[in-house]
Amino acid sequence: MSAEAHGHANHLVYHQYEDLEQQRESYIVGMWSFLVTEIMMFGALFLAYMIYRMQYQDHFYVIHKQLDWRVGGLNTVVLLFSSFAMAMAVYYHQVKQPKKVFNWLILVQLCAAAFLVIKIGLEWIPKAGHHLTPFYGTFEWHYGGGVPPEIAKLFFSLYFAMTGLHGLHVVIGMIVIGALQWMIHKKHPLVEDYIPTEMVGLYWHFVDIVWIFLYPLYYLMPQ
Amino acid sequence: MSATVAKPDQTEGLYDPKEPLNYINVQHTLKSWLLTGDHKRIAILYLIGITFFFFLGSIAAAMVRLELTSPHGVMLENDTYNKMFSAHGIIMIFLFLIPSIPATLGNFLVPIMIGARDLAFPRLNLMSWYLYMIAGAMILCAFFMGGVEAGWTFYTPYSSLAKSQVTLTLVGVFIGGFSSIFTGLNFIVTIHKMRAPGMGWFKMPLFIWAHYATSVIIMLGTPVVAITLLLVVLERAFNIGIFSPDNGGDPVLFQHMFWFYSHPAVYIMVLPGMGVVSELIANGSGKKIFGYDFVAYSSLAIAAIGFLVWGHHMFVAGQSMYQGVIFSLLSFVVAVPSAIKVFNWTATIYKGQVKLNTPMVYALGFMGLFVIGGLTGLYLSSMGTDVHLTATYFVVAHFHYVMVGGTVTAFLGGLHFWWPKMFGRMYPDTLGIVSAIMVFFGFNFTFFPQFIVGWMGMPRRYHYYYFAPEFQPYHLASSMGASFLAIGFALPACYLTWSIFKGRKVGPNPWGAKGLEWTTQSPPITTNFETMPTDIPEAYDFDSGIDDSEYDEIFGKPKESK
Repeated sequence: MSAEAHGHANHLVYHQYEDLEQQRESYIVGMWSFLVTEIMMFGALFLAYMIYRMQYQDHFYVIHKQLDWRVGGLNTVVLLFSSFAMAMAVYYHQVKQPKKVFNWLILVQLCAAAFLVIKIGLEWIPKAGHHLTPFYGTFEWHYGGGVPPEIAKLFFSLYFAMTGLHGLHVVIGMIVIGALQWMIHKKHPLVEDYIPTEMVGLYWHFVDIVWIFLYPLYYLMPQ
Repeated sequence: MSATVAKPDQTEGLYDPKEPLNYINVQHTLKSWLLTGDHKRIAILYLIGITFFFFLGSIAAAMVRLELTSPHGVMLENDTYNKMFSAHGIIMIFLFLIPSIPATLGNFLVPIMIGARDLAFPRLNLMSWYLYMIAGAMILCAFFMGGVEAGWTFYTPYSSLAKSQVTLTLVGVFIGGFSSIFTGLNFIVTIHKMRAPGMGWFKMPLFIWAHYATSVIIMLGTPVVAITLLLVVLERAFNIGIFSPDNGGDPVLFQHMFWFYSHPAVYIMVLPGMGVVSELIANGSGKKIFGYDFVAYSSLAIAAIGFLVWGHHMFVAGQSMYQGVIFSLLSFVVAVPSAIKVFNWTATIYKGQVKLNTPMVYALGFMGLFVIGGLTGLYLSSMGTDVHLTATYFVVAHFHYVMVGGTVTAFLGGLHFWWPKMFGRMYPDTLGIVSAIMVFFGFNFTFFPQFIVGWMGMPRRYHYYYFAPEFQPYHLASSMGASFLAIGFALPACYLTWSIFKGRKVGPNPWGAKGLEWTTQSPPITTNFETMPTDIPEAYDFDSGIDDSEYDEIFGKPKESK
């Protein structure tokens, strides 16, 4: 499937496309379409969360105090900065400065790693110590507030399902960005054009946006 | 070298070196098939896959039908019976019906019909096939490791508590979902961005419109059911119970999220069939389709309204009466675009020059069966009758009329129509017509009695009906019809396979049909066209004259009627 084999004038263009313009547009439409499926996937989870939150509003308010808004806020800042770094990487790819693309992507990777360290180290693992993990050990609720333990378990089931799926997306993002960096480093012909970086960027901004919704929904509940 | 001048021999071998290069004979190794990026080859791979799973699903159906010939059951244990109907449902829906038309005919034809060399993302297309096969393998493993008795709907809390292989099956279905998402994504991008110069949206064949609408549903619906089923997996594997009543969770939420996909999934299955039938009717009648715009828009309307009717599966599941009223109303509304299509097809046939070949017989069969399936759907969408009919054989008969009478009939019709394009060979048409008629009558014998017995009160998914032995004649009729239907399905499998090797060779346009796919050679070359088409005529442009020379040669010139 090498692009050169099909007699195009431009070696960047795959054989099924007429020209680079068509190929770029197809990639972008494809990426946005993929993000639509991601929105529907997370959307179903957000729907489930909102329904239960409406149903158990008072209990959810008490339970959510077990989540530290400062840690979540720190992670929000980290992810927002990573999105900025990603935007810079895309910009430098458009103006064809691959060295800077590579360096900005390293910053994105560092932010992603920091996010995961904070998430797992400061939030998930301590939760296990407090018996608030439905999947590890016995689930117990020691914080009163008139909250039935099973509602707390429902809350943390949702919390771990949603932040877990988001965390998985961060990990996948790191792998994809890593592959992109490797290709840039090797001067692979695929990444001569900026579109691959643009697509990875779109994905990364999506992962960021999911967190932008998760953070207030879980950490910043009004009384 | 005059010795190389070959006599035109209709039964030459497939790998004749004198045969012009096409997508089949361009490379012969197994590797060239398994690592191909060519949409046509992937379509053939898919065709082999879905035929295999259709066969397995049919065996499970045969076991169910055999068991119901007696009011006391024949040979299966209760549990085994549950596993059999679950296997039938899961295989037929997720591994046959959903990919059937889009992944085979759609994969093969979408790029050719819009004048492109390939789909936008060939490797994604190949990956979709691999994911499909992995999904199929996982689901089969689950059956051999003990099976699933939760039904294809996997309702919680039963599915989250059942001791059988639900987890593995759900992971398989989840992966299969990605396979169909990739196909849908490929179609959307291809139809948006890869149309030949001059191929405007309203010059596209209606087959493409139907596949576009289908892809939209796949993209919006499949992720929702994917995450829903994944949550059941999480509950089973990690005790993360979001639908579990033990945690204050709500099993009805599962039903809502499941049907949010699974009702539109019905349109994923039937919309491509409607696209196929639009092609068959227009080309079989030698007439521009009546009301092109209406047929095109009705596909989009079905896709849109189809997302708003899922609640009609849950009239008796505890949703409020007001929800029920709205869902009932919308379910009536979604019947309108389907009816528009049927009326337009009928008007197309009117005063057309009907060529009554195998594809057209299937298309006519589709119209009859789909109308029955659609109209009985209205019984189920009105709440009053639905309370009586919920979970009876009436429902079973209804959705089989739509799924088998609709989708499978359209699939077979489309397969027969484009078979000469796919393999460059023609099957025996008389045999085709005979088996099409067998499918039609066998199908009616199988499923019409189920309407009656369902109305009388036979519940679905029951192993016994000793409490009502008077149901037995209907079940017997149904089981006998199923045997008849099986022959109707087996026949095409035999003569189509035969025709790949021994069938009469055909040229580019054996049907005298319109559309870009009939302007290129049969089978097409890897890049579909020698020179990419640019000057695109209107769809179904029969007014400009019909080139019937090849048709007359194959089927004989019709007698002049004065």
